[in-house]
Amino acid sequence: MAGKTLYDKLWDAHVVRCDDDGTCLIYIDRHLVHEVTSPQAFEGLRLAGRKPWRIDSVLATPDHNVPTTGQSAGVEGIADPIARIQVATLEQNVREFGITFFPMNDVRQGIVHVVGPEEGATLPGMTVVCGDSHTSTHGAFGALAHGIGTSEVEHVLATQCLVQKKMKNMLVSVDGQVGPSVTAKDIVLAIIGRIGTAGGTGHAIEFGGEAIRALSVEGRMTVCNMAIEAGARAGMVAVDEKTIDYFQGRPYAPKGELWDQAVAAWRELVSDADASFDTVVRIDAASIQPQVTWGTSPEMVVGISDTVPDPAREPDEVKADGMRRALEYMGLDANMAITDIPVDIVFIGSCTNSRIEDLREAAVVAKGRKVAATVKQALVVPGSGLVKKQAEQEGLDKIFIEAGFEWREPGCSMCLAMNADRLEPGERCASTSNRNFEGRQGQGGRTHLVSPSMAAAAAIKGHFTDVRELK
Amino acid sequence: MEKFEKMTAIVAPLDRSNVDTDAIIPKQFLKSIQRSGFGPNAFDEWRYLDHGEPGMDNSQRQVNPDFVLNQPRYQGANILLTRKNFGCGSSREHAPWALLDYGFKVIIAPSYADIFFNNCFKNGILPIVLDEAKVEQLFKEVVASEGYQLSVDLTAQVITTPSGEAMAFEVDAFRKHCLLNGLDDIGLTLQHVDAIKAYEARRKAEAPWLFN
Repeated sequence: MAGKTLYDKLWDAHVVRCDDDGTCLIYIDRHLVHEVTSPQAFEGLRLAGRKPWRIDSVLATPDHNVPTTGQSAGVEGIADPIARIQVATLEQNVREFGITFFPMNDVRQGIVHVVGPEEGATLPGMTVVCGDSHTSTHGAFGALAHGIGTSEVEHVLATQCLVQKKMKNMLVSVDGQVGPSVTAKDIVLAIIGRIGTAGGTGHAIEFGGEAIRALSVEGRMTVCNMAIEAGARAGMVAVDEKTIDYFQGRPYAPKGELWDQAVAAWRELVSDADASFDTVVRIDAASIQPQVTWGTSPEMVVGISDTVPDPAREPDEVKADGMRRALEYMGLDANMAITDIPVDIVFIGSCTNSRIEDLREAAVVAKGRKVAATVKQALVVPGSGLVKKQAEQEGLDKIFIEAGFEWREPGCSMCLAMNADRLEPGERCASTSNRNFEGRQGQGGRTHLVSPSMAAAAAIKGHFTDVRELK
Repeated sequence: MEKFEKMTAIVAPLDRSNVDTDAIIPKQFLKSIQRSGFGPNAFDEWRYLDHGEPGMDNSQRQVNPDFVLNQPRYQGANILLTRKNFGCGSSREHAPWALLDYGFKVIIAPSYADIFFNNCFKNGILPIVLDEAKVEQLFKEVVASEGYQLSVDLTAQVITTPSGEAMAFEVDAFRKHCLLNGLDDIGLTLQHVDAIKAYEARRKAEAPWLFN
């Protein structure tokens, strides 16, 4: 019998029951909740007179709507009345149902995908869901994690299960070593550039290969975070010693004998040597340079030394049409050098790149330099209160502030612009977030996705620049 | 959830691939704590020339005459024809809520993003997959004849064009059953309470740290 992939193992361990047609009930170990996709689910429970099945599996925090200044004022301090109602509704719901909650003025509050692992609330081998597509982040620890809709949020609250069919197995192997200043973000953008935004549809992707194993767990979170941008609901990386070390001593991680028992189980969370994948993609790590997206889909990405692609050279007419539309929206000309594109705004943050290592990476570039006069605003938004505290202990806040960046409070912020942090029409942003869709960061705003060090370098130069040449 | 069995309706062609859920319903409308009322803001940034915010009187806004759904011939459309990877990006269920509230009960495309596809079935929307050639043919037919309607029969799993051409489509048996009967997933799952409890008991013994 052929061996099992990591995904096979995680799936098999969580099947409650299956119908003959392969429709199964999958047990969910951890349910993360935020204010945007949960109110209708709690309302559904109330209307049906249902109670949450296992409240100790649920952890909630507001992130999408929260302002990144003046958080100590709590919910009452949210200026936007509609956003305030949504965050207040979450507070009422968690109180009514007795769910663990990190409110706005709690140091543990932050972007739900940063908070879960930081608290050890996400663990290897778990099934993790959240009403947010970037839940794939948690797969970095050998967990099966994916985003769900609000109906499913209600379903998991009520039954602790999801109705699912097994996905296909895909292996993306990044072989060899990346060059200097090529980060996890560049790796995942290069993967999406290669397989496209629908390349992983219907699959769970395991990221492997020497370059993935060489990443820190935080880097692996960046890679898994964007699995959804390649179309895959779930991305994952096998457990190794780095994974296990990461959870040592975290508040919700097991302790004592339970820790030893858990670690023994976690070491099994790797694909067997003889496991077979439905699809295998191999990428040469050495060929990856720092990446910059030029269009309105994450697959529209090139290396920093490249030029903006020319639709005239695209044989597929539907694709060429999409490229032309993207260039028009982005206000770019085909064949121009990426390094000639100026930026108005720089955003360092989001569930993709707001952890301590991301901030350190950007600070190395910002240190002793100044944000270019032509850049209107450069924001640094830590992923959680604890990341912020750690960064301040290391003096990173001072480095950013001295360079002319704004040092903000945690939340999703300008990644999706549900709070006050947003682009104005026509503004161009170097962003460490995950989506460059039309209007994503504000109506008419133009987003270029980059790594934290590339964002910092663009802030310093006022245009995209090869961070390797800055050092 | 409302049942879906069959319908004959006007088809609106949205000729773009990779339409993301941010485009289907922009973020500022996600602040609502309701499930309904998103229809007037479906495709807000493409549909209107001014910037939309929750609470605005949409009837007073500047409509974009070039956007396909604003063309008189596609008013009252209940079937959306579009290109590949429809519904990519964010998991927001507000996207199918907005489409349904607008009036779309059926979507036809060569492919969908997984989360969106799944969310449609939870809300009584039937997302149909047809191959690229058939979708291309339908685009040509829709654009060529005003008032173009398709008949969609879920029981028989067939789309019929005005000329009588039948196009069969696949649909997952469980999802079809739920749509045809308007069934609530939660109620169905709770029929298996014993299996869930048995799983929990077994798992607690195997992996007690998960139940700390």
